[in-house]
Amino acid sequence: MIPACRLADLPRGEAHRLDVHPPVSVFHTDDGELFAIDDTCTHQDASLADGWLEGREVECPLHASKFDLKTGAVDAPPAKLPVRTHEVLVEDGMIYVQLSTDAPNLPPCIAAKLVGGVA
Amino acid sequence: MVGASLAGLSAARSLRKQGYDGRLVVIGDELHRPYDRPPLSKEFLAGTLGEAELALEADGEDLGAQWLLGVRATGLDHATRTLRLADGREVRADGVVIATGAVARALPGSEGLAGVHTLRTLDDARALRDELARGGRLVVIGGGFIGAEVASTAYTLGLDVTVVEAAPTPLAGPLGETMGAVVSALHTDHGVRLECGVGVKGLSGEARVDSVLLEDGRGIPADIVVVGVGARPCVDWLEGSGIVLDNGVKCGADGRTNLAGVVAVGDCANWYDPRAGFHRRVEHWTGARERADAAVATLLAGGAVEPGVPRPPYFWSDQYGVKIQFAGHAAGADSVTIEAGAADDRDVLAVYRRAGNPVAVLGMNQPRLFTRWRKQLAATAS
Repeated sequence: MIPACRLADLPRGEAHRLDVHPPVSVFHTDDGELFAIDDTCTHQDASLADGWLEGREVECPLHASKFDLKTGAVDAPPAKLPVRTHEVLVEDGMIYVQLSTDAPNLPPCIAAKLVGGVA
Repeated sequence: MVGASLAGLSAARSLRKQGYDGRLVVIGDELHRPYDRPPLSKEFLAGTLGEAELALEADGEDLGAQWLLGVRATGLDHATRTLRLADGREVRADGVVIATGAVARALPGSEGLAGVHTLRTLDDARALRDELARGGRLVVIGGGFIGAEVASTAYTLGLDVTVVEAAPTPLAGPLGETMGAVVSALHTDHGVRLECGVGVKGLSGEARVDSVLLEDGRGIPADIVVVGVGARPCVDWLEGSGIVLDNGVKCGADGRTNLAGVVAVGDCANWYDPRAGFHRRVEHWTGARERADAAVATLLAGGAVEPGVPRPPYFWSDQYGVKIQFAGHAAGADSVTIEAGAADDRDVLAVYRRAGNPVAVLGMNQPRLFTRWRKQLAATAS
């Protein structure tokens, strides 16, 4: 479990990015739900924490791909691959994230960098 | 579904999502399955993105549709809702979605001259990519987004690039004079020549282009010419069908046309904008995707749904490593203010206002702030 931030510091409609590799973001929806997904859009290098949070969806700030926060599924193109979802736990007012052990779906430019290739 | 690009595919997806489980036929004049066009002037042209990555359909995605690709629709009989195809086939339908897009405008007199390109389709992009890979002098006619992106890509590939724009300021239409000048200064920042306020008289060359001739008498030597002077909606095939055409297919605020059971969406469709009080044909990727939902709802409900207010139009462009984003309408704004960053740094957020109310926002390398403003624009507009 990784501590993310205090619940009181993450208002509804906002997201908090965790500095892990690859980065993960916690979203606090307008309805008060908390979700954690991979922060990097699977289409191109963009931070979903900077995106448009609406309902249980986040829209990528660049090319408007949409991801379901609960399942990680792609709801709208150009992305084709889902983001990973991570378990969220709140204890004593602190938000914790249990990172998924699945392989992430990183966009081609980032995936190349991670394996030391040419982006 | 007439049209097999983003608008057509999005409409097909919307039909299935909204519960339509009947027969679905998708007609497309290109041979390719639906692909993403924005990278054609950027990563694909630069050779950093392959064709497989352009596919819009996910692996294993099955919409249960019959795809008639490589064949053009040539007519619509509205009484029987029958589509005529170029190969003589006919398709009868209970509902028709027109999503035939737009075609790049050509330069009159440039037909048959080698080295002269337009960029709209995957085949166009393949041909241009192969020529750019050989290097040389590129002249881009038109300083709009397609022209600017091609210039930027060619610059990174090491070509000698000149952009010619007939208007005094490139991008003044979509971005206004002030920010049009800021964004188009990216060319000169990188040593790409920008000739503004001068029209093109014609091209010279025997079998292959060798020069672009300007109205002021100068000639710019060229090995490759890209003509980026806009697009016109592909609606010629609907002439005489009874559908009302006016800068594309004239539509209501929900995609309905004057014909029952026929809707239109994407670049070919001139939707009524309830906020503006007039029709606007929007040629953006996001419009083709988002409006398909509304058009399909209209089709399935037989026109009985209340049209929602669409989000303000949004588009992006990538030039010289700068992420440019724009939402709303610059026309009619009476002020532009820099809210963050600095125009000279090409790292800026600018808000357009009319009578004090935000009507548009432009970001250069400001995705986070830009999205906040875009969201706010949608909230205040609806």
